[in-house]
Amino acid sequence: MDSEKKKKMNRRTFLKGAASTAIAGSAALTTGCKGKGLLGSSEAIALEFQEYFKKHYRLMTQTERDETIARLERIAKLKQDVDIDIDSTGPQENVLYGYAFNVTRCEGYMECVKACVKENNLDRASNTQYIRIFEMEHGQMSPDQGDGKYFHMVPKEGHFYMGVQCFQCNNPPCVKACPTKATWKEPDGLVVVDYDWCIGCRYCMAACPYWGRRFNWNQPQVPKEKITKKQHYLGNRRRVRGMMEKCTFCIQRSRKGKVTACVEACPTGARVFGNLLDPDSEIRFVLDNKKVYRLKEDLGTDPKFWYFID
Amino acid sequence: MKKNTALKDLFSFVRDTFIWNISGSIGYQIYLCILVCLMMAGVYGYFIQFKLGLSATNMSNIVSWGFYISNFTFLVGVAAAAVMLILPSYIFNDKDLHKVVIIGEVVAVGALVMCMTFVFVDLGRPLQFWHLIPGIGHLNFPSSLLSWDILVLNGYLALNALVPAYIVYCHYHGREPVGKFYKPFIFISIGWAVAIHMITAFLYQGLPARPFWNNPLMGPRFLASAFAAGPAIISLVLHIVNSATDYKIEDKIFNKLRIIIVSAAVINLLMLFSEIFKEFYFPTHHSQSAMYLFFGLNGHDSLVPWIWTAISINLLGTLILAFKPFKGNQIFLMPALVLLIIGIWIEKGIGLIVPGLVPSPMGEIISYAPSNVELLITAGVVGLGAFIVTVLLKPALIIEKRYEETHGNSH
Repeated sequence: MDSEKKKKMNRRTFLKGAASTAIAGSAALTTGCKGKGLLGSSEAIALEFQEYFKKHYRLMTQTERDETIARLERIAKLKQDVDIDIDSTGPQENVLYGYAFNVTRCEGYMECVKACVKENNLDRASNTQYIRIFEMEHGQMSPDQGDGKYFHMVPKEGHFYMGVQCFQCNNPPCVKACPTKATWKEPDGLVVVDYDWCIGCRYCMAACPYWGRRFNWNQPQVPKEKITKKQHYLGNRRRVRGMMEKCTFCIQRSRKGKVTACVEACPTGARVFGNLLDPDSEIRFVLDNKKVYRLKEDLGTDPKFWYFID
Repeated sequence: MKKNTALKDLFSFVRDTFIWNISGSIGYQIYLCILVCLMMAGVYGYFIQFKLGLSATNMSNIVSWGFYISNFTFLVGVAAAAVMLILPSYIFNDKDLHKVVIIGEVVAVGALVMCMTFVFVDLGRPLQFWHLIPGIGHLNFPSSLLSWDILVLNGYLALNALVPAYIVYCHYHGREPVGKFYKPFIFISIGWAVAIHMITAFLYQGLPARPFWNNPLMGPRFLASAFAAGPAIISLVLHIVNSATDYKIEDKIFNKLRIIIVSAAVINLLMLFSEIFKEFYFPTHHSQSAMYLFFGLNGHDSLVPWIWTAISINLLGTLILAFKPFKGNQIFLMPALVLLIIGIWIEKGIGLIVPGLVPSPMGEIISYAPSNVELLITAGVVGLGAFIVTVLLKPALIIEKRYEETHGNSH
């Protein structure tokens, strides 16, 4: 991303950000104040103050999880006046998510990218995207040789397209790297981040061989009317500056039995998502009947994301 | 009653060290003022960064670690280098080096404080740093090498601060320190020094995602470059002590340090040559980072002049130190020490961190140079390190000299 643009954007939005972000120290000082101050209402400050001391998500009891969710929903109401609904549905029995990408079918329309940005409340200011589509020439096989910044009519003659996102590795190097266990692999195979526990050291980012993680260098901005209100604690809820985030196969959708936003949006049907443990699923059909391959197999990361050719 | 005198002893120690620190010539006062100004500049820079977030730096999703982590890596080496004084003076009973071992330990303390400050200012959410503290946080030990690094660096800081503090405190009161109270920790600190630098190397070496770092030579090479750059910095401090205070340091100490520096620098250059051979004899896809560093890729060649400068002055410094073209006074070797330090700082700092991250795993190539905020904060951290070394060293040397005069030269 263009850092000049990023900084300009940041200065413009800085005052807004400073007003809306109450840091814990000043929160502690002003908790007793009544009414609306520069840093927002005293209730919001008190809630943020409690949020600061909360535990790691995995160490919380369900009651504690419900409490923090209630606080987060209330903060969203007080600060942005939106009614969000944060879910904490856990992994389902006998489910292991997998993904397949049909290299023959993808024509590079990037509808998936658009849907992902919308669904996951990605930062509009810095144009954060979980999915990247690479335009490849025939003969190439690895996206690092392709063009990830194409801007023209698609599909282009003599080219094909490859989508890349977090591959939800079965042996994820990012999880091993994190010094605070703020990122981990759920039993259903999703690699998630406890945003509030992340300290922003970016070691996971250095450890990821697929460039699957995104860092919030700025305070992320999502216009109020564009916020996706159905959220998950480990998914598309609000992130702040300094946190790491990543694709979670739309945990807020997939755990409710739906497909991911990218799969839903794809106009060519190039994207296949489903339960690897269900022998009747489409993803299993692809794995059993097509020639599939994965990126950087030699690293032993064991991604749950396959490419196939019709 | 006994407790009362112990408290009184401690009080007079603290009072005297404080007085010694603030009293001095005009030159010393100006020097302290400069350090305070540097620290203020750093605080100002951090204030901006705290408000804007890490977007105040030139780091991005591609170059996600920059100038801070580069300096951190170099300074871990400086901290580890104290072992090159501790080892000969305690294991081989070298009387000359024993006299300056405290200076090495104080430099290590300063370097460690700088290391930890650099890691702290690099955090995206510094207020959440307590998540790292075992007990109240949730440290990912032993899986994450970063958690190892946090533990060993803090342990090494404790060793290098408490052992000299105990010895100096005893000397202040004219007592001989009791060997069994501190000698075991000295021996622990020798192994520990190697550990801090190996673990810092493993931090990078353990990432298969980054072929430029995923190299088994990195740990040993870190040690070799540290044992060249660290003693070189200690030598510089010794030259300053020698000319600015009445704590005199003999030429043979400089000569011993020079031999250590040259040996380590030669080993470092050999390993560097071995790495360059591997990257360029039969370049593979994994040699892209080295290409980027040494020759530039797709027009992004901002590191190229730096790395060639680093290698040239590394060689030049090593040759001057090895062959001593200016006979006589050791002070003529100071420029060579400075060359070597700068060479290793570039090569092991920005010349190691940035190419590890470029090209990105998706093949993107960009240039990186630190922003003004990064430079300001770095200046502040360096000021802090120099300040700590100064305020620890000044009273320590006064006490040591006084003790030596009253108790002779027997340790």
